[in-house]
This record gives sequence, structure tokens and C-alpha cells, in this order.
Amino acid sequence: MYRVVKKRLLATGIALLDVEAPAVAAKVEPGQFVIVRVDELGERIPLTVMDFDREKGTITIVVQDVGYSSAIITRMNEGDEFQDFVGPLGVASEIENHGTVVCIGGGLGIAPIYPIARALKAAGNHVISVLGSRSADLLILEDEMRAVSSEVVIATNDGSAGVKGFVTDGLAQVLAQGHEVKVIWAIGPMVMMKAVVEYTRPLGIKTIVSMNPIMVDGTGMCGACRISVGNETKFACVDGPEFDGHLVDFDLAMKRLAFYKDEENRAKARLECDHEGGHH
Amino acid sequence: MTEKVESTKKVKIPRHEMPCQDPQERAHNFEEVALGYTQEMAVEEAKRCLQCKKPLCVTGCPVEVLIPDFVKQIAQGDFQEAGRVLKIKNSLPAVCGRVCPQEAQCESKCILGIKGESVAIGRLERFAADFGMKSEEVKFEKPVQSGKRVAIIGAGPAGLACAGDLAKAGHAVTVLEALHVAGGVLMYGIPQFRLPKEIVQTEIANLKKMGVEILTNQVVGKVTSVDELMENGYDAVFIGTGAGLPYFMDIPGENLNGVYSANEFLTRTNLMKGYKFPDYATPVKVGKNVAVLGAGNVAMDSARTALRLGAENVYIIYRRSRDEMPARKEELEHAEEEGIQFRLLTNPVSIQGDERGWIKSLTCLRYELGEPDASGRRAPVAIQGSEFEIPMDTVVVAIGQGPNPLVTTSTPGLELNRRGNIVADAETLMTSKPGVFAGGDIVTGAATVILAMGAGKKAAAGIDQYLKSQS
Ligand SMILES: Cc1cc2nc3c(=O)[nH]c(=O)nc-3n(C[C@H](O)[C@H](O)[C@H](O)COP(=O)(O)OP(=O)(O)OC[C@H]3O[C@@H](n4cnc5c(N)ncnc54)[C@H](O)[C@@H]3O)c2cc1C
Ligand SMILES: Cc1cc2nc3c(=O)[nH]c(=O)nc-3n(C[C@H](O)[C@H](O)[C@H](O)COP(=O)(O)OP(=O)(O)OC[C@H]3O[C@@H](n4cnc5c(N)ncnc54)[C@H](O)[C@@H]3O)c2cc1C
Ligand code: SF4
Ligand code: SF4
Ligand code: FES
Repeated sequence: MYRVVKKRLLATGIALLDVEAPAVAAKVEPGQFVIVRVDELGERIPLTVMDFDREKGTITIVVQDVGYSSAIITRMNEGDEFQDFVGPLGVASEIENHGTVVCIGGGLGIAPIYPIARALKAAGNHVISVLGSRSADLLILEDEMRAVSSEVVIATNDGSAGVKGFVTDGLAQVLAQGHEVKVIWAIGPMVMMKAVVEYTRPLGIKTIVSMNPIMVDGTGMCGACRISVGNETKFACVDGPEFDGHLVDFDLAMKRLAFYKDEENRAKARLECDHEGGHH
Repeated sequence: MTEKVESTKKVKIPRHEMPCQDPQERAHNFEEVALGYTQEMAVEEAKRCLQCKKPLCVTGCPVEVLIPDFVKQIAQGDFQEAGRVLKIKNSLPAVCGRVCPQEAQCESKCILGIKGESVAIGRLERFAADFGMKSEEVKFEKPVQSGKRVAIIGAGPAGLACAGDLAKAGHAVTVLEALHVAGGVLMYGIPQFRLPKEIVQTEIANLKKMGVEILTNQVVGKVTSVDELMENGYDAVFIGTGAGLPYFMDIPGENLNGVYSANEFLTRTNLMKGYKFPDYATPVKVGKNVAVLGAGNVAMDSARTALRLGAENVYIIYRRSRDEMPARKEELEHAEEEGIQFRLLTNPVSIQGDERGWIKSLTCLRYELGEPDASGRRAPVAIQGSEFEIPMDTVVVAIGQGPNPLVTTSTPGLELNRRGNIVADAETLMTSKPGVFAGGDIVTGAATVILAMGAGKKAAAGIDQYLKSQS
């Protein structure tokens, strides 16, 4: 079993957990993910690795309550255990010294961008991070990101922190300063990644995105995670999760995320019902 | 009575039918379809066997089960002993009795089959194995330990059989499995109604009693590698990672919602117990009309699963004719009884979707049998202009699987063939890397449980020999 040794609430419905998984911690690299199962009845849920401590043998994950399983995970406490914790999965980010790079993290996407920014900085890059969220109180990991970035730009939809607008507005500000940006990493909700990719396409700046389709095994066995990249079908779990954003068919990817909408709603409703339960 | 007379008499006794759940009823539940012989039926069926001096049946079995011997024990009423005899050659008889394509193996060679019906070897095997499983606490005396350690990658039939034989030979065995449970296709692919998962888990529990260590959640190629295992104190490695890479047809519309690979469809249902959603958290979804592309065991399992999940019309769509369908005979019959609709000489050409990305219909082309080709088979040829569209809610692609490259691409120096399968020595199953062995579907391509198991046993012998030569 894989024990939660530390828990911290980052914002409403967003939890950071340190989990004991020494074998995974020994091998994981930025950009990779794990698949977890809370209990015997649980679904296999992919989560990006936010941080790792090879010495302590722990993996840090950041989870947002969006449905049945993620709700259970965000309610876990120190001492609780995951039934299963598999990884590291996927291909690690290609880290090299490009010169100046931009790391864009939107919402929960700030968690997976963190280890990538850190590694890029360590490789000698000038790392400009653009962090976005709906409002200041939902902005997570700001201090951590400042510690691993050369510069940080913040964008909130309501203007409660930084630039008012989207991460693309933050990116526009960075580019207006005349930086010669070689590569951009953009991780966040699909709509955000799509917006960034559309923004950078005419500028010809290489933009890497991390795809988060529905997955089951995470080893290339089922094909649930298939996406279309440059008109070729790829399995995000083994060929990715990172891809050249300019080649990704986001419309298809977004439609595929809705495959189980009805079932997800049923499961979530049931969880809320169980939670309030006890009075029947 | 001379042997001849006896044989003529026995040919006339019909083979005993397998009691099964009623087709109408079972099409809506996940309980096992075949119910198994009663003791009386098993004894009667076993008595049909001629106890041939040169039993041809044995030549049809890939692992040469001592068929007349175990059948004789059943005829004499010593079911326990029958089970023991079975286990000498076959480490998973309760599984093989259920899923072997007997009509193409042991039973195809049975002498009684020439003039009449062959002995129901598979059904008897299942009977004896189940009896043994229910009654006997597996006794295992730990053999003298060799001090050698072997790592096995993949807990499918190949890996498990290899582990069992190596443990018996006194080696310390660790099995590394990528999924959260051991069993391979037996757990994630073959459905509960054909192979109850409890049976597979009992076999795995027995292996653990023999001292085999099974570590789940270990994706080799990611968390560790073959070379690392060899460096970290394992004296030999066996690769039994199977054929787990789903093929798609490369037709338009295959990425629409509602289109599954058979692997995903069956994994969600079997491994994740999607048929018990929402008690189990993993959903699986079928609509009213379901098309399964392909006609092998995987296709039959998918079609019958779809029916049980509530589909109204389930079609098997296959380009060739009935005779070419590769599925086990029993599965075809069961599928037909349950109301699966066969659309033969029909090939899908495209899948149509709506603006929300959901499948709407399937377009197919009709075929006819043309001139015999080099193999003597009449090849199907498309009938020009015969396209037709059927409304469809779900499509399951079951046209085959290839080797998963996670292990092979992370192992430098491992020789592969053109299709990406590992090349292994025919006798020892050693690969191009000394001390690294491979067997099962990863070597042969998608085949059968018994062949994978046989390969696992053969490799265990090869590994044992190799380890002895090393010390
Ligand atoms: C490579 C990868 C990395 C991810 N990293 C993180 C992370 O670090 N933190 C985090 O909170 N979330 C992450 N996700 C998303 C997370 O896996 C889903 O939010 C989670 O599976 C939802 O499960 P649920 O039961 O709570 O919600 P559900 O009610 O099942 O679904 C809610 C939403 O999640 C999507 N979803 C459902 N099942 C899956 C699945 N198996 N895989 C992916 N998406 C699914 C649905 O399309 C829906 O939009 C990642 C996904 C992938 C593929
Ligand atoms: C739906 C279906 C129905 C079938 N029906 C029949 C039937 O009726 N009769 C019959 O004889 N045969 C049948 N077969 C075929 C039979 O199941 C296979 O031939 C057999 O299981 C092959 O055994 P194996 O041990 O080589 O591989 P598998 O059973 O595929 O096992 C391989 C194991 O290795 C694991 N693995 C893979 N990669 C890694 C990795 N990187 N690290 C760690 N572990 C890994 C997998 O998770 C899996 O558990 C069927 C197959 C399917 C899919
Ligand atoms: S293992 Fe399979 S082929 Fe061999 S005797 Fe048993 S059922 Fe027949
Ligand atoms: S060939 Fe048939 S009759 Fe002869 S021993 Fe085998 S099962 Fe019995
Ligand atoms: S999750 Fe199954 S192939 Fe990617």
C-alpha cells in the first residue's frame, strides 16, 4: 500500500499529497505521471507528478476535485493509503538549454509545469513562467513557481492578481518585452492549451502541451487515450503525454473527454449522497 | 470382448452434453455459461475413452497432458487422483479445460472422433481440475533452494507457468506485473461468464504458497528494465509480456466516442468490473446497436459482453465466411444461441459521427468468395457498389493485437522479428541476450493460453539448465 505522508490544501477542492512510493520516486522525471486507485472498487486515475524526493521515496501529486475519484482523493488524509500507485508512466520532458523558454500553467496545470520549469532552469534556461487562474484565491503554488523561475507573470480572469485576462494575455505581455522565446510549455485545461497553441501558431514558436485524455491502463494496452497528432493516432500514455501542440487535434480530444459524462455525473451524485448519508 | 468390438460399441455412445445456463437467461448475466459435468456425467463420459495404447489425443495437446491416465481415474471415480495426474503436465487445468480450442487440439486427434464424436477431454479436464480445486489444500514441500534468483516480467499464463516450474526447481522467483492484478488476459480479457476470475486467483494463490513473489503495479521498461534486473542480482529474466497492443482498422471515424478497442472494452468490464458500475467506479458504455469487428475469441467475448451490458442488437462483422472464423467452436455456438447476429462477408469501411463526436452509423461493404488463392482458400472480394449503412451506437474493434513495445524498446541487444516479436531459441527459449528468456504471445504473436503456458514451462526448463551451467 502507498501511504499519504503529507497533505496540504492549496485552494478549495485542490489538495497536495506526498505519497510513499519509493520505486516510482527513484525513477520519475519531470513530465511523467502515475496512475492511482484509491481502493478495491476504484477507477484507475492518471495524475501528473508535481514533485519527487528520491531520498524519502515520496511522490507529490496535486489533485482537483472534479468527479468521483478525485473527490475521494482530495478528502484523503495523512496516514490514509492508496490501493495502487503505478509509475512512472509516459515519456519524460525533453530538457535542454534552449536559451529563453516560457512555462505556462493554467489552473491545476501549474502543478505539472512546476518540475519542468525547475529542470529547465537547472539546465541553464532563462525561464519565464506565466501562471493563470480564475481568481487570486485559486492561484496555486505561486511561491514554489517563483523559486524555480527567472521571471513570473500572473494572469487572472477577474484581475484579482496580475494581468486581467487569460494566460495568452500574460504570454502577450512577455513577448511584447522582446524576449526571444525558443520553446513554450503550456499545461492546463484543454481549452487553455488550445488557445495558447492558436496564439503561437502564427508566431511559429514551438509549443509543447501535455495531453490528459481518459486513460485506463497507461501502458499502451487499451487505446482509450488515443488522440490525433499530425493526423496520426497516438496513445497519449506511451507516446506522450507531451506533444507538439501545433499538431494536436484539440477539438477531437475535447469531444473524447466527454465520453463518460453521464456516468461521471451518476457516480458523483452517488458520492455526495453517501457523504450526506447515514440518516436512512 | 475384443478391442475392435468395444470400440465400435463406444463410438455409438453419444458424447455427453455440457449443462449450460439457459441462453435467454445467461444473455443478461455475467455468471458462468457452462455449468460443468456432474460426477455421474463425468464418469459416464470418461468410460467412453478407449484407453488407447498409442493415444493420439496426447499428440494434439501442446503440453502432452496424460489424457488416458487422467480420464481413467475419472472413470474409476478417483477424481482427486485425476486432478493430480492432470497437474503433472498442465499447471492451469481449470483454465485450459475451459478455454482451450479442444476441437483443434486434443479432441481433434481422438480416435473416437473419426467415426463418431471424440471424448469430451476438455470438459473432463475442467471437471477434474475443479474437483481438485474445491477439495484439496495444495501441499507443497519447499525444494532445496538453489540460491539463484529469477525475475519474470508479466503475470499471464506464460509467466505464471514459468514461475511455478522454477519454484519447484528451487529457484527464488519474483514476478513483475504492470497491472494491479496478476493473471494477464485471463483477468483482463476473457470474461467472467467464460472463465470465473476466482479460478484464476486460486491458481495464483497456489503459486504464492509455493513461495513465488508477485509484485503488481510494476511496469518494466519504466520503473525498472531488463538490464537493471540482471544488474540487481537476478541470475535470469523471463519476458512474458503477451500481445497487448490493440490494432485498429485505420478507417475514418475510429476515434469517435463509442468506438472501443476490444482490449479497452473488455478491460473496463472484466478487470475494472464495469458491469457492476456504479458499485465499482469504472464505467463502460454500450448503446442499443453494437458492432464487433472481427471473428476470433476476442470478438466473441466482446459481442457476448455487449449483450450482457444491455445492448439490443449485437453484430459480428467479418470479411470472410463462417468456416474461416477463428473463434473456438463452443464460443461460436454459444454466441449464436444467445442471439448474436453474424454479418459475414461484410467489411466495415467507415464510421459516421455527429457534431458532438459520437458515433451514429457504420458503413460496410459486401464481399463474395472469389477464386481459390495459393492456400486453396477462396479469398473474399469486394462487391463494387454494395455499400450500406447501419445505425450504430457502439463499435468494438477486435481485429487482433500486436506486441507491446515497452519492454522490447527498453532492452538494448534484444533481437526482434519484423513484427516486433522477440526472437527466442526454439528449444531453450533464450533470447539474443544471455540469461534473458522469452515466451508466450510476445514471441509467437497472439495465440492460445495453452501455448503460452507450454512456452512458460519450456523456458523454465531452459532457465534451470542455464542456471546450472552458470554455477
Ligand atoms: C496524463 C494525465 C495527467 C493528469 N494529471 C492530473 C493532475 O495532476 N491532477 C489532477 O487533478 N488531475 C489530473 N488529470 C486528470 C484526472 O485524471 C481526472 O481529473 C480524473 O481522472 C477524474 O476522475 P474523477 O472520477 O474524479 O472524475 P470523473 O467524474 O470521472 O471525470 C471528471 C472529468 O475528468 C475527466 N476524466 C475522467 N476519467 C478520466 C481518466 N481516467 N483520465 C483522464 N481524465 C479523466 C473527464 O473527462 C471529466 O472531464 C490528469 C489526466 C491525465 C490523462
Ligand atoms: C479476449 C480474449 C479471449 C481469448 N480467448 C482465448 C481462449 O478462449 N482460448 C485460448 O486458448 N486463448 C484465448 N485467448 C488468447 C490467450 O489469452 C493468450 O494467448 C494468452 O493469454 C497469452 O499469454 P501470455 O502469458 O503470453 O500473455 P498475457 O496473457 O497477455 O499476459 C501478459 C502479462 O504481461 C503484463 N505486462 C505487459 N507488459 C508489461 C511490462 N512492461 N511490465 C510488466 N508486465 C507487463 C501484462 O499486463 C499481462 O498481465 C484470448 C485472448 C483474449 C484477449
Ligand atoms: S491442455 Fe488443452 S489441449 Fe491439452 S488436453 Fe487439456 S484441453 Fe486438451
Ligand atoms: S484418443 Fe480418445 S479414446 Fe483414445 S485415449 Fe485419447 S481420448 Fe481416449
Ligand atoms: S491508457 Fe490504455 S493505451 Fe493509453
